[in-house]
Amino acid sequence: MAQLGQFALALSLIVAFYAIVASLIGIRARNDKLIASGRNAAIGNCIAVSTAIFSLAYLFLTNDFSVSYVAAHSSLDLPLHFKISSVWGGQEGSLLFWSWILTVYSALVIFQNRNKHRAMMPYVTAVLMGTSLFFTAMHLFVANPFKLGGIQMPGGPLSLFRPSDGAGLNPLLQDTLMVIHPPMLYIGMVGFAVPYAFAIAALMSRQLGDTWIRTTRRWTMVTWGVLAIGILLGGNWAYHELGWGGFWAWDPVENASLMPWLIGTAYLHSVMVQEKKGMLKIWNVVLIVAAYTMSIFGTMITRSGLIDSVHAFAKSDIGGYFMAFIVVTVAGAAYLIVDRLPYLKPESQMGSIVSRESSFLFNNLVLLVSCFAVLWGTMFPVISEWYNGNKITVGAPFFNGVNVPIAIFLLFLTGVGPLLAWRKASTNSLKRNFLVPAGIALASGVPLYFLGVNHLYAWLSIVMSIFVGITIIREFYKGAQARAYGTGERFHEAIVNLTLRNTRRYGGYVIHFGFVLLFIGWSGQAFSEKIRLPESKVGQAFQFHQYQMRVEEMGVRNGPNYAAQFASVSLYEYGKKLAIMSPEWRKYGGRDQQGTTEVAIHSTLKADVYLVFQGSTDGVSGDFTIYYNPLVMWVWIGGAVLGIGTVIALLPNRQTSGKKSVPVKAKEGEEVEHAV
Amino acid sequence: MKSKQLKFLIASVLILVALAYFGYQGINESMSYFQTIPQLYASGEQAYARKSIKVQGEVLKGSIRREGGATVFTIGPKDFKAPDSFVPGRETETLRIEYVGKDALPDTFRDFASATVTGKLRRDGVFEGTFIQAQCASKYEREEAAGITASNQ
Repeated sequence: MAQLGQFALALSLIVAFYAIVASLIGIRARNDKLIASGRNAAIGNCIAVSTAIFSLAYLFLTNDFSVSYVAAHSSLDLPLHFKISSVWGGQEGSLLFWSWILTVYSALVIFQNRNKHRAMMPYVTAVLMGTSLFFTAMHLFVANPFKLGGIQMPGGPLSLFRPSDGAGLNPLLQDTLMVIHPPMLYIGMVGFAVPYAFAIAALMSRQLGDTWIRTTRRWTMVTWGVLAIGILLGGNWAYHELGWGGFWAWDPVENASLMPWLIGTAYLHSVMVQEKKGMLKIWNVVLIVAAYTMSIFGTMITRSGLIDSVHAFAKSDIGGYFMAFIVVTVAGAAYLIVDRLPYLKPESQMGSIVSRESSFLFNNLVLLVSCFAVLWGTMFPVISEWYNGNKITVGAPFFNGVNVPIAIFLLFLTGVGPLLAWRKASTNSLKRNFLVPAGIALASGVPLYFLGVNHLYAWLSIVMSIFVGITIIREFYKGAQARAYGTGERFHEAIVNLTLRNTRRYGGYVIHFGFVLLFIGWSGQAFSEKIRLPESKVGQAFQFHQYQMRVEEMGVRNGPNYAAQFASVSLYEYGKKLAIMSPEWRKYGGRDQQGTTEVAIHSTLKADVYLVFQGSTDGVSGDFTIYYNPLVMWVWIGGAVLGIGTVIALLPNRQTSGKKSVPVKAKEGEEVEHAV
Repeated sequence: MKSKQLKFLIASVLILVALAYFGYQGINESMSYFQTIPQLYASGEQAYARKSIKVQGEVLKGSIRREGGATVFTIGPKDFKAPDSFVPGRETETLRIEYVGKDALPDTFRDFASATVTGKLRRDGVFEGTFIQAQCASKYEREEAAGITASNQ
């Protein structure tokens, strides 16, 4: 099987190279047969890389420890679903996984558009296959997942060595979320390759209208939504698995996934200006190149050990190759943009400062600043060392200092932007749209303050969430009311039909609403508290906030591949029993006896009680840490709403409407069309 | 320049200046010198003056002890074998750490782990740690390829 995988990769190298040459010569010579052949080669490349990754999965499932990647990431006692997730659990495999998604995307998009955009598609094929070629070369020559394990004697030949059991998967990764989180991130990050390829193809073929944007809109949406959810799943994993009570720590690896997402968000908004007004053409090309570059860069940060991270990835020499690839990508794109400038002229002028386009502009400005700040903070040790020899790190105060105000400002734009008119919003429309929501939000700010929301940013964030939430609900309400009136539908039917007839606009509102919920949950972080309870005994009780807790029991139990110490702690709120919490401290078998905590979380919409047990040495007393995390659940709910909104925005608009099929135009339809 | 464009420019500059200020403050508040043990000793007097230093080394076998409320341990170069009558210090490139932080020690913190301790160097030569990150011992390194956060910031 290892040979098959190896062979498939070699084949991929040849086929991808052929696809590039055939496509480029085909378009120059206007030879349709050659172009079609290039297209087929791209699809063949997908089959080759699929063969490689399925071979690797097979090696894991059959415990073939002669392959060093398998030996290093799996073991006989590892449960089946973790054997599968081990395929992308380490460097070599995760890069192959990246490749695989890329080739699947490429095959899909190339097949989907086989009879469309004839001038552009051969270039799309060439760009996508160029990326694939780079990755396949990395698999074959730098980080080969099929390499056989062996011992190299100095000066002697390599003698192959097959261990009887593997090293096992890191216990922290033996978590169901870890089965889906990395693929989600990759599906997201790799997705930017498609709009990027179309942007480059548009430049090469000089077809710089909005065709390339419209063609890739759904790809971009999927990419963006999946990446957002992937990032949140990562946060959720960190929250329930790592036992430090939080879900985001500005770690380089987290930042690596956030940066392409931030630029992707800017891109998603700014393309609307091009579609609607024919402006920002250069800007959009720049943004998608940046988003794609950031996703490659992110992969590199995660995988190369360029920056010291508590995410202990294997240090390796892939960094240099990635850097070279990024330089070529950026330089090529920059040359093309400069060369095609005459084709990138705006078709209209910027409107007033209080207008839709200006809200997009500010959205883009701060999203880019945010991305730059994250990049700056992540790279600070590298930059400072280069500058004066001192390796200096910056932490959460820097990242939050810049990004929290940006986030609140973005939330404000989320409420205001979609309701502003293009060109110039009239004072009247401003009053009509914003007087009520702003009034309610500010009015609720007063009781909030007295209820204890006395942290400036948290207060702003919640008040702003109320404001934005109301504007969104009002949009649905007004639209549905008008529709119900026009068609005779019942109100709830009108809401559904309204949404389905303009999925992009209303799906966008749902996504925005997801962010409102997310911000509410995130504001709760300002009020998190924790206490440590060292050497607490069975029978001991504590008071924490409105909760009382008592240690009921401590003991030992065994899992499939670990032994756990556990504690039972009953949780009361104002004297009423809520739950019995049972945190564990586990030791996994394998070469190395690593201990990990399994936290117990009691979640409600109001607050989480988060209990960590650090084990006991004598069986009757142990160390506990308790966190009180208000509103965290809203972060996850917001994420789910965001996902639903993305799905809605992806649906095709339904053409006919409800019972009487009378087309109804929402009152402010002109102003708010293409809100997303 | 048209007045509309000027307005945009002024608004954008104001936003950027404000954010740059926040960023500058954040850097001052959270900057920390990332050093190896020899680098720490080599920085001489400066080492005592610096508010926050991150120092990295391998936790010496059997060195972790509890003393009062604090956890005390010693870090040193990789695979360091402590001689008899061993006192941590500059000559052996080892450093005694007194952890006084509030966070629970990370799961990964134990003998042979590669620890990154944030804190400051005291005059008595003991490094006062307020925050510890730890990676598993090197033999476990490969398994960690997909990433772990051991503790928070």
